Amino acid sequence: MEKFTAFTSRLAPLAIDNIDTDQIIPARFLKTTSKAGLGDQLFYDWRYDAEGNPKADFLINREEGRVANVLLAGDNFGCGSSREHAPWALTQYGFRAVISTSFADIFRGNSLKNSLLPIVVAPETHKALLAAVEKDPAATVTVDLATQTLTLPDGSKIAFPIDEFAKQCMLEGVDELGYILAQNDAITAFEAKRPLTVNTLAQA
Amino acid sequence: MSKENGTATKPRTIIEKVWDNHIVSEQPGAPTLLFIDLHLVHEVTSPQAFSGLRERGLQVRRPDLTIGTTDHSIPTHDRNLPILDKIAEAQITQFEKNCRDFGIPFFGPHSDKQGIVHIIGPEQGLTQPGMTVVCGDSHTATHGAFGALAFGIGTSQVEHVLATQCLLQSRSKTFEVRVEGSLKQGVGAKDIILNLISRIGIGGGNGCVFEYAGSAIRSLSMEERMTVCNMSIEGGARAGLIAPDETTYQYIAGRPYAPKGAGWHHALDLWRQLPTDDGATFDKRIDIDASTLEPMITFGTNPGMGIPISAPVPDPSSISDPVERESLGKALRYMDLPSGRPLLGHPINVVFIGSCTNSRISDLRAAANVLRGRKVNPNVRVMVVPGSQQVKSQAQAEGLDRIFKEAGADWREAGCSMCIAMNGDQLAPGEYSVSTSNRNFEGRQGKGGRTFLASPLTAAASAVTGVVTDVRTLL
Repeated sequence: MEKFTAFTSRLAPLAIDNIDTDQIIPARFLKTTSKAGLGDQLFYDWRYDAEGNPKADFLINREEGRVANVLLAGDNFGCGSSREHAPWALTQYGFRAVISTSFADIFRGNSLKNSLLPIVVAPETHKALLAAVEKDPAATVTVDLATQTLTLPDGSKIAFPIDEFAKQCMLEGVDELGYILAQNDAITAFEAKRPLTVNTLAQA
Repeated sequence: MSKENGTATKPRTIIEKVWDNHIVSEQPGAPTLLFIDLHLVHEVTSPQAFSGLRERGLQVRRPDLTIGTTDHSIPTHDRNLPILDKIAEAQITQFEKNCRDFGIPFFGPHSDKQGIVHIIGPEQGLTQPGMTVVCGDSHTATHGAFGALAFGIGTSQVEHVLATQCLLQSRSKTFEVRVEGSLKQGVGAKDIILNLISRIGIGGGNGCVFEYAGSAIRSLSMEERMTVCNMSIEGGARAGLIAPDETTYQYIAGRPYAPKGAGWHHALDLWRQLPTDDGATFDKRIDIDASTLEPMITFGTNPGMGIPISAPVPDPSSISDPVERESLGKALRYMDLPSGRPLLGHPINVVFIGSCTNSRISDLRAAANVLRGRKVNPNVRVMVVPGSQQVKSQAQAEGLDRIFKEAGADWREAGCSMCIAMNGDQLAPGEYSVSTSNRNFEGRQGKGGRTFLASPLTAAASAVTGVVTDVRTLL
């Protein structure tokens, strides 16, 4: 993973509540055994018509969708299926952060493991951002993970919450697995005292 | 287990007890490292995790606590026929190789134990009370019916568990769902969970684990409890569980991987300590009166958009919040439905009876009871897809397959099928289904398809009439 650095970007507004991961990446694209090509399938059924031609009016087929690194989404973004293909598709397309009033739990966790920053803002901030981008589609925000601040188009700064451990992993560009592997002794010790409530598959 | 060093601890919920029993380590500035007792793996969300293991030169730490099966992209036609979709075939072949290379027990397409991950875990006795169970699938909460803390994970975490049998996790909030009273005839487990989700919304349980409690939950069979827990994620909760009781123990006893002999009595001693202590507190609570529930059906494009079957579809103009109003309007435009009228009588094209929500033997019996001696409406295509090969064999031993076939329904091989529509079983654009599955998102059952989620009883009744039907008119 690359280190997550501060950046300034326009906003891609998709103000629909409860956007589920089936919309972000439809299930028929989950037959792949790699991560390649998912960016082209992002929001596929909203993005292309029945003949596979881009719908000119859909956000990511328009200029602001193509240039923005920040998706401004409605409440409870990423609900539904646990598919990690959703953050893979979003990051491959070029998104580095999603701003919403809330995120579904599994999606949020998956995003943090793929350098996609889920930024939770208050409803009034969300409304203000939508209004700002409606007034001026070229309005920008600055995302700074190290200081956990989002600089709004009017220059004001707001703080956003993030799990401290995930933050450090993203800033350093490392994943969690190395940390877990380093706890091998603790895992071995736990296994030794673990009550055997299960006839394990190996024993059966 | 509820007492450490002989000193009484403060009253805890079952959720906290299972969590506490699995803490491997807690380091400052990091989430808890939690041990995982059972890891279910399938072909769709694991390939990139196995690639990760190979890139790092890692092995699977505990293949004895891991089980693989093919369910999502596997066709439900005759297993001796070739898989026409070459991409799906390659994925299934790769998965078989991954299990072989890493020593993971594999219930493959030709195994008599093959089936949907969430059907086969309980059926084989692998799922047991007090366990932590994970799978790269959001419906893993199904296993919560046994008093297990069971939740869906992404592919990165599949790799973590394969490599270390552990996960970094932060504690969830606790949410008590108390359902008291008796259900009316024609109303069942699916209606309880659809009713809950319609009340709290699909984000209502975000950050929480549900504990389902109360007399109505206690009265449910294990299979019905699995239906309830299965859809916890549709209420936003990653996990939902039910404390184990005699119903649970009777279900597990004698299953292939259940403890035996002295091990069984030892396990019972541990399991009986799991239920929530008197005086334990939850972060949230909701009460549902089971006696007031009607058969439920969804009308929209998320599982929270559900109504009693005789109630009118809500009118967007009656909603004050502009985003919510637009959300409902968008759903009704996709579904091409008028508001203000019930769905009763609305024509349908397809009935799907299956999925990890409703494909167990009791679901098939319920559907067969409605279809026995009746014919499927000629305008409706009906697919009955058992959740596992074991369910299929049991159904055939009971003659249920003949009832379905004589009625004009299609009797299939086991898999996820039209719940996720990855395997060729799908709706055509514009078609309406009554489906016993768990999601009605846009395109979930096929691009442009429109889904009404309901119980097996409602699905079977609608198959007979060709329109959305209240099963109580046929009972």
